[in-house]
Amino acid sequence: MDFLTYLVSGLSLGSIYAIIALGYTMVYGIAKMLNFAHGDVLMIGAYISFVFINQLGLDPILSLLLACISCTIIGIVIERIAYKPLRGANSLSVLITAIGVSYFLQNIALLIFGANTKSYKSIVSLPPLHLFDGNLNISSESIVTILLCIIIMIALTTFINKTKMGQAMLAVSEDRSASTLMGINVNGTIAMTFAIGSFLAGIAGVLLCSAYPTLTPTTGAMPGIKAFVAAVIGGIGSIPGAFIGGLILGVLENLSKAYISAQLSDAIVFSLLIIMLLVKPSGILGKTSIEKV
Amino acid sequence: MDLLKKRQLKKFRYNLSTYLMIIIAYAIIMLLSFQGKISSLLNGLLVPFCTYSILAVSLNLVVGISGELSLGHAGFMCIGAFSSAIFTRYMKFLGVEGLYLFVIAIIIGAVSAAVFGLLIGIPVLRLKGDYLAIVTLAFGEIIKNIVNAIYLGFDEHGAHISLKNAMDLGLSDKGFIVIKGAQGITGTPHYSSFTAGVILLLIVVTIILNLINSRTGRNIKALRDNRIAAESVGISAMKYKLIAFIIASSMAGVAGVLYAHNLTTLTALPKNFGYNMSITILVFVVLGGMGKIRGSIIAAVILTLLPEMLRSLQDYRMLIYSIVLICVMIFTSAPSMKQYIEVAKSKLKHIRKSFSKSKEGI
Repeated sequence: MDFLTYLVSGLSLGSIYAIIALGYTMVYGIAKMLNFAHGDVLMIGAYISFVFINQLGLDPILSLLLACISCTIIGIVIERIAYKPLRGANSLSVLITAIGVSYFLQNIALLIFGANTKSYKSIVSLPPLHLFDGNLNISSESIVTILLCIIIMIALTTFINKTKMGQAMLAVSEDRSASTLMGINVNGTIAMTFAIGSFLAGIAGVLLCSAYPTLTPTTGAMPGIKAFVAAVIGGIGSIPGAFIGGLILGVLENLSKAYISAQLSDAIVFSLLIIMLLVKPSGILGKTSIEKV
Repeated sequence: MDLLKKRQLKKFRYNLSTYLMIIIAYAIIMLLSFQGKISSLLNGLLVPFCTYSILAVSLNLVVGISGELSLGHAGFMCIGAFSSAIFTRYMKFLGVEGLYLFVIAIIIGAVSAAVFGLLIGIPVLRLKGDYLAIVTLAFGEIIKNIVNAIYLGFDEHGAHISLKNAMDLGLSDKGFIVIKGAQGITGTPHYSSFTAGVILLLIVVTIILNLINSRTGRNIKALRDNRIAAESVGISAMKYKLIAFIIASSMAGVAGVLYAHNLTTLTALPKNFGYNMSITILVFVVLGGMGKIRGSIIAAVILTLLPEMLRSLQDYRMLIYSIVLICVMIFTSAPSMKQYIEVAKSKLKHIRKSFSKSKEGI
């Protein structure tokens, strides 16, 4: 039964990684850049909801929405100020700018909220679920996280496949210059991608801090990197890939924490990335692209 | 032919001025310190100047010359620092001390950092894209975590390693613990000096400048500028990117050795071997100019000195660094900014021309 408990909490952690990884994978697929600041947008979202819930005493669902909306605005502003001028520049300068933005957000949070750890009050106030005569306890946060992740996956897939905007996103990720010729507003599409990614980061931030209630300015950094790893494992640019990669990573991390060593769990997760890059660099669901000159 | 000679002369001048800058700065500081005119604050910064300059120059080889991004430079520094400090500390325990051990320590630090560079570089540099940044970032964090958790001791049966605590090592009475988990290594011998640092910096700069102007260096730069074109004329991308990455890692290891033997206690904190340190080195490189060796050294020295002079800015230091990164990138790489600069340049030329014409008229 211990194993099942670890598995369920691993799935819940994996769902959070999957939600973050969606933001990475969409931005990477469409804007062809690694948005390093994604994990830090998540952290900012968590701080905003912390202020709303714990300081102002607002309703949890309302503050979740407010946090998501603020994250969306932050995401669009970042894209407009820092990334848009660099469209068409070489990838190294874009990457360095993204690191600068990530670092900027961390230090802003450090200046505003201080370095000490804030204890976050969970937004879910349901009783935990007891199964098999109390042998298997599942926290309500885990259930909400997993359910929310599935809902987001379905909603996002429908959005991409059924709406005009979603089709435009697919087109831009396929071929940017051709979609400009077809009358698609590329800049608008990229901004929209950032908005969706940041909105999801807001949800992920609240869920992450509900499950692991410690909040510091670097809270978002490690989950951000791991979500990127999840996106790479699942196949970068692929939305179901991000889901699968996130779940694999979450389960692996929790099981290695439980059975091998807590200190080495990060190392194990990252060695999975290295193995994946050696064996199948395009990821589980990724397409191998042939480059034409 | 004439153009080639001119270009060679220009390179020669650039290299010479770099060496001269280091040597003259060294001479001035030595002269001042003989007269006792150097404050203790500056005196304490002399070895860090060298350490950070070596780090900046070596990261410039990866970022500026090879066009890849390594965010784990502090991790390689950490490897160099700890591997060499284990050696010198153990030698001190055996009662052996001497400056020749420092030379061996430098070799140990450089080689062990290079081995890790090789292990990371082989799977990652095969691929196109930003994978190196993520993997090196993860590597830096993992190394810091492992070093903080590890216990290492020696007794007559050999080395004992544990990840739990000091008791778990099972050392005999004659045993001796080198790394005590988060407390790190205490009592490392103080071998580093400003002279040693400057000599190491000169060696590092010589290696890099010669590499850049060699056939290998031109291959590396060709891969940076156009990977597809370079590969189509038979330059192996992985081989040359790997060469640059390994050399840079081993140099970061050397900087780590210098760092470790400047302090009596060596611990792996986020401040010295974490992500912050890697970013700080990146700021040195970006602000000094990517691919510009001399610029990296100047930026490293100034940005090490400034925060010490302006203590009140300490809280805002990292915030300012992040803004510097964003602004420098936008002003130097954004296509629209490049256009503005081109227009401004041509206007300036025009003004100059009309100015000289009007002079002729008189």
